[in-house]
Amino acid sequence: MKLVIAIIQPYKLEDVKKELYEANVNLITVSEVLGHGRQIGVDEFYRGVKETGNLLRKVRVEIAVNEEFVEPTIKAIIKGARMGKIGDGKIFVVDLPRCIRIRTGEEGSKAIG
Amino acid sequence: MGTTPVNPINSGDTAWVLASAALVLLMTAPGLAFFYGGMVRRKNILGVLMQCFMCLALISVLWVVYGYSLAFGKGNPFIGGLGWFMLKGVGQDANPDYAATIPHLAFMIFQAMFAVITPALIIGSYAERMKFSSFLVFTTLWLTFVYCPIAHMVWGVGGWLNGLGAKDFAGGTVVHINAGVAGLVTALYLGKRVGTDKQGMHNVPFIILGASLLWFGWFGFNAGSALAANGLAAQAFVNTNTATAAAAISWAVMEWIFVGKPTTLGAASGAVAGLVAITPACGFVDVGGALWIGLLVSVFCYSMVAFVKPRFGYDDTLDAFGVHGIGGFWGAIATGLFAIKAVNPSGGADGLFAGNPGQLWVQFIACATTITYTAIGTLIICFVVDKVMGIRAQQDEEIMGLDLSQHHERAYTILE
Repeated sequence: MKLVIAIIQPYKLEDVKKELYEANVNLITVSEVLGHGRQIGVDEFYRGVKETGNLLRKVRVEIAVNEEFVEPTIKAIIKGARMGKIGDGKIFVVDLPRCIRIRTGEEGSKAIG
Repeated sequence: MGTTPVNPINSGDTAWVLASAALVLLMTAPGLAFFYGGMVRRKNILGVLMQCFMCLALISVLWVVYGYSLAFGKGNPFIGGLGWFMLKGVGQDANPDYAATIPHLAFMIFQAMFAVITPALIIGSYAERMKFSSFLVFTTLWLTFVYCPIAHMVWGVGGWLNGLGAKDFAGGTVVHINAGVAGLVTALYLGKRVGTDKQGMHNVPFIILGASLLWFGWFGFNAGSALAANGLAAQAFVNTNTATAAAAISWAVMEWIFVGKPTTLGAASGAVAGLVAITPACGFVDVGGALWIGLLVSVFCYSMVAFVKPRFGYDDTLDAFGVHGIGGFWGAIATGLFAIKAVNPSGGADGLFAGNPGQLWVQFIACATTITYTAIGTLIICFVVDKVMGIRAQQDEEIMGLDLSQHHERAYTILE
């Protein structure tokens, strides 16, 4: 089992969701985060005073998947989120030792789907 | 005896018109600003608030410099002259051509607030995608070449629709049809926003707040248009409230029927549609007429935004055309249906239901003239602004949002 974590542009969320549904990946968790990579954020002004390096709004998508869904999930996220520009985001894939469904107490691969 | 001229200024009338001017200011900001601001995606709220706010500032200046003169000064049947440039000759005495019992300056500033809100209404159609600098130029040109001529034709002394006998108590044609049609043209010219499968409205309480403030301010707009603290003002006040209430209810009922649940956005939209529709009629109809105008306007506007717009697929972001254009058109026509001369013996007329079908025809001519003139004028202005400086924000600016890309600010943070 793997946990796929993607940091994407907020306005690409709908596209990513669409691609994930097409790849039969239906269970996702989304949260709003702030951050910046090589973009070094964006300038804002407060009454004429420049404030540099402010963090940009991003969306963090988390998806727990069984092994056979790892590649399709990655492909779907890239397809939905890529604009070919700095700021498109990143995908992290980490091992997921346990997964438990609260309602039934099921564990492992069964609990993910 | 008789050598001392009686001062014609009436303190009650003056107080009411000045208070009404302030009420109409409230309609643009915060009323309209928050009504629209709540409906846009959260990355664009400052863009919308700023556009409404700057309409207030920009047009307030343009109006006293030359706008008032072009709209209300002596000229030809289509546009006023520059005789009142910098308010020369517009002073503390009354001008009997427009309002015999209040200072000319009071009438001028009351009209200034109408000139402010009209271009601000158009923002609803091109929201979330016009460049701020282009917005300033567009608004200036539009006020000068579309609003002022139409205000002159309908309200100005010697204006040709005024002479024809078209009845528009508080600005159904000049303000609402005018802004609504201009909105449709800008929406078509600019094209769809980037990435809008969903409307993405971000703050429904703002919408209700804005709509309620519009309702409140509209008493100045409509009852203030009596230009006196008198019975007609009271009639217009009651009609305005009645039609608005009826329209809020009927929009909610439409939703109940077609989508299963009434929504807060729907009730607010219905109220605004009712305010729009009663605007031209409020000083010419009785309360029964007001009730019908309000009940029916939501049927037309709801059909427009829920059925017609999706079919044609134009991106009238916040339905300035669907609500103000259609509601204004219905209001102008309804004035020709429900008007009763007894309501307003000095300035009113009978409508179709009172046995005067001719009035309906005159109302139609006024609408058709406004629609044609506005559509062509707005299209030319869009074209000129676009060719000179580009009217639409760059695609990545639009994606980032107008708040950050046009103003270097954002409205909300999720961290300190």
